[in-house]
Amino acid sequence: MRKVQAIVIGAGPAGLAACIEIAKAGGKAVLIDENAKPGGQLFKQIHKFFGSREHRAGVRGYDIGSQLLKETEELGVEVFLDSPVYGLFQDPQGIMVSYMHEGQEKALLGEKVILATGAAENALTFPGSTLPGVMGAGCAQTMINVNRVLPGKKVIMVGSGNVGLIVSYQLMQAGADVAALIEAAPSIGGYGVHAGKIRRAGVPILVGHTIKRAMGKDQVEAVEIVALDEGFQEIPGTGQVMACDTVCIAVGLTPLTELAWLAGCEFTFIPSLGGHIPIHDENMATTVPGLYVAGDIAGAEEASTAMEEGRLAGIAAAEALGLYDEITAAPLKGSVWTRMDALRTGPFGQKRFDAKAQMLETAKGGKE
Amino acid sequence: MPEIKVKNHRVIKHPILSEDAPCDVSIFVDGKEIPAKAGEPIAAALLASDIHIFRQTAKKGYPRGIFCGIGRCTDCVMTVDGQPNVRTCVTPVRAGMKVETQIGLGRWAE
Repeated sequence: MRKVQAIVIGAGPAGLAACIEIAKAGGKAVLIDENAKPGGQLFKQIHKFFGSREHRAGVRGYDIGSQLLKETEELGVEVFLDSPVYGLFQDPQGIMVSYMHEGQEKALLGEKVILATGAAENALTFPGSTLPGVMGAGCAQTMINVNRVLPGKKVIMVGSGNVGLIVSYQLMQAGADVAALIEAAPSIGGYGVHAGKIRRAGVPILVGHTIKRAMGKDQVEAVEIVALDEGFQEIPGTGQVMACDTVCIAVGLTPLTELAWLAGCEFTFIPSLGGHIPIHDENMATTVPGLYVAGDIAGAEEASTAMEEGRLAGIAAAEALGLYDEITAAPLKGSVWTRMDALRTGPFGQKRFDAKAQMLETAKGGKE
Repeated sequence: MPEIKVKNHRVIKHPILSEDAPCDVSIFVDGKEIPAKAGEPIAAALLASDIHIFRQTAKKGYPRGIFCGIGRCTDCVMTVDGQPNVRTCVTPVRAGMKVETQIGLGRWAE
């Protein structure tokens, strides 16, 4: 079986950044992804990113994606696409990665393996939630921005986090009408600047509301929404029916951790990071020797932090492979940590900063 | 907002993105020919032709369409070129593909 220094699973922002760091250190990394194209969810991000200049703020997501792909190409990273990974097996020489390609079972041995599998959108269950027309907000975003297809003409968005706010605006940019954005919590979840944009465009943001049911014979034709009290219970008599053909669900993400479970990683439960997370230390190393995580699998955040975590895991794996000595690796990792800490500030970032700090404590052996 | 042009559910002119490429192939959905772009997900071609019901559930025949768009939920599976349970949200279009609304678990072509 072919053996390489590092295998990175998932070609999104975290996985690409990890490969770039390993290649920069002089290592050989193979990048595996189940999709036909690399880039993960970066190419549907047509908005300008937040943060400071060193986080490439002001640059649109798809441009960041193109830059990362160009770098991986220039550095000679080998990329296997259309290759879903279905198994990880511990081996005296590393970790064996089993995957499928064109109907054939294949395997590759990696001295170090980095999981950068991302996250999936959460579903929301209500009568009618299985009707065609109810879909994840990220799904609608892929359709309009990558495939250039409008899934519907009149949309109700559920959830006011940044995904709900940004996708609402982008649906309007693609020519759809957003009838309303509803949010069960008493206040808007995402950045004020995004909420302002859709409010100025005339979209009502109804906080303290939820969707009670979607109606329609074979696909969505209308929804009933209701107001909620402080205990998130329906306030009787507040129901209103709104016509729409699409309901987008933007109620958070859950890390895609199947491979980490398969590999035998120890987990911890941190709701603010999306649920069960493989325990990882300050090098992004899990409890399984030679196995690292980066990006949303290590806690659902955003593309900017995913790239930094990818870099960190890549540098740490390169150090563990002996490509860097400790003196060279320490400042490289230090500068990643400085940038990540800066991304995890403010009213939204602080929660993630605290959650990640709790994670490091757990990794050090402290009991939850 | 700058000019937006939508034709047949396809976003031709977009305020940020460049002009959309035209359809270059055809696929067949339950025998009916529809335009598509080679390489786009089958689901995108279906939505562009205003097709939203991709399959019917096994026991009650309820309609299902696309939901997650990343190949995880399997709500969008259809029978493609005789093979049932193909995830249309992550399977690229090839010219002349035969796509069928899937009933229940579907059947392999004879």
